[in-house]
Amino acid sequence: MSWVEIGQHLLFALSVGSMALGLMLVLAGAIGVIRMPDFYTRLHAAGVTDTLGAELIIFGLILQSGDWQTMAKLALVGLLLFLTSPTATHAVANAAHRAGQMPDLAHFRPKHPRDLKDPEAKA
Amino acid sequence: MDTLNFIVALGMAGAMAIMLARLFAGPTLYDRVLAANSFGTKTVLFLLVFSAIAGRQDAIDIALLYALINFVATIAILKFFRYRSLEIALAQMSLRRAVEGEFDE
Repeated sequence: MSWVEIGQHLLFALSVGSMALGLMLVLAGAIGVIRMPDFYTRLHAAGVTDTLGAELIIFGLILQSGDWQTMAKLALVGLLLFLTSPTATHAVANAAHRAGQMPDLAHFRPKHPRDLKDPEAKA
Repeated sequence: MDTLNFIVALGMAGAMAIMLARLFAGPTLYDRVLAANSFGTKTVLFLLVFSAIAGRQDAIDIALLYALINFVATIAILKFFRYRSLEIALAQMSLRRAVEGEFDE
């Protein structure tokens, strides 16, 4: 096996791993968006996983593509998503916060253990 | 390699369906904006994978355009529902509010 073939296999393995990880992240974000109880937790699931998942999938596609023009355009899309996705997520969170939306758990304060009446109930 | 691309495209389609469900079911406006933005991101990824499967280079240009439109649309929707107007630049909004005595924090 020559060095060129080893390099091709390495590129193939890297591309498969990157795209599989990116697909897993994007699907986890989608399931989080449909399953999470609160707006801010949904935002967390969508915003955090989408950025890295999209970058990983685009990286895998860059490794697959042969010519430099496709690579350059894919890198341009990746750079654009890398800049705009966190910005849009921050804008949505800021707008919801300014509109007075509170997290569901904001009013839930568990008691400190020292404030409990009988020490037996701590367990 | 085409099998992997096909699996990724199917996953993107499934994620887009889930985002559509949240878009229609979202209790608040911001859930819907978030779902629309995330739907656009997944559409961009689907277009990129589609261009790799079909061997069409022009789909990448469409994906680039879609990413740009998606970002601008998200910001425009948020601005409209915050100020109920699209006519005045965002930089002048805080100035006007400060002049009227309502300070931004």
